[in-house]
Amino acid sequence: MKLFALITVIITGALLLYASKDFPAWGDPLSPANNSELSRHYITETRVETEVPNIVTAVLADYRGYDTMFETVVIFVAGLGILAVLRQSPSAGEPLPVPRDRFQERDMITIMTCRLTVPLIQLFALYVLAHGHYSPGGGFQGGVMFGASFILIALTGGLSEALKRLSEQRAIFLAALGVLIYAGTGLLCMFLGKNFLDYHILSQWLPDTTAVKARYHAMLIVEIGVAFTVTAIMFTIYATLSSKGRMRGGL
Amino acid sequence: MIPSFDIVILIFLVVTAVIALTLKDLLASAMVLGIYSFLMCLLWAEMSAVDVAFTEATVGAGVSTVIMIATVYQTTRKSRD
Repeated sequence: MKLFALITVIITGALLLYASKDFPAWGDPLSPANNSELSRHYITETRVETEVPNIVTAVLADYRGYDTMFETVVIFVAGLGILAVLRQSPSAGEPLPVPRDRFQERDMITIMTCRLTVPLIQLFALYVLAHGHYSPGGGFQGGVMFGASFILIALTGGLSEALKRLSEQRAIFLAALGVLIYAGTGLLCMFLGKNFLDYHILSQWLPDTTAVKARYHAMLIVEIGVAFTVTAIMFTIYATLSSKGRMRGGL
Repeated sequence: MIPSFDIVILIFLVVTAVIALTLKDLLASAMVLGIYSFLMCLLWAEMSAVDVAFTEATVGAGVSTVIMIATVYQTTRKSRD
């Protein structure tokens, strides 16, 4: 059976390598992706239409905002799915086997290092989130980094320390709030008489903005929603998996 | 794109993938997959897809490795096949 699987993998790999011969070369100016009407529009018009220098962010949060909204929903649903499958009441089952050496005596050095680095990580995560219009980054990356800072607290100080700062209920609330911010921004555009996620109409409500600036600011609002969801779900997944769904003990 | 650097990264990618598959120790396997993600991140960065590289570094090399290690801790450490 293993041999059969190996042969299948080798044949599939060979076919993929054979097919990759037909791809355009890397950075080829004549490749179809570089010559379509759409890419040319993104490259030449993004600065004019949205004033966002980082085209990737503009495509992600504005032109393809609908895609990104459902990516956020996918992350939200993945977190809920893990909770639905693994979550148990804290008293269920046998008492959790806690690795003794890690729990009884926490190392001073790791705790102090964690205390020093967590604020820096969180600050950098906020910078990545807020600076996504100008540099690589945005809601997803900033959110994952913010969630990782809570995971670091859980790794060094125990899961209960991290849950004190971001409890399970609050995490689920934040995750739902993130999706609500994103979808709500889209719905607001609909109420104002434009299409779903057509941000430029928001200039009626945002003070002192033109239609172009409204798109610019709405992207930040939407990215903040993404960051909320990603932060909360990353931490919830870690907390559920590391404690066998009991949200107690853990690594 | 720097071709020689590219080839080095691609060779290491294949090597780490094979090592991750053959290791019996799942904890070590998760660590090797972290290295794989990091090499992937280098490859994206070097092909100037910096946004993708950033996501790969945070999600692939960072959080998913931690999540896999947490899962290994709560299940079994040795793989049976």
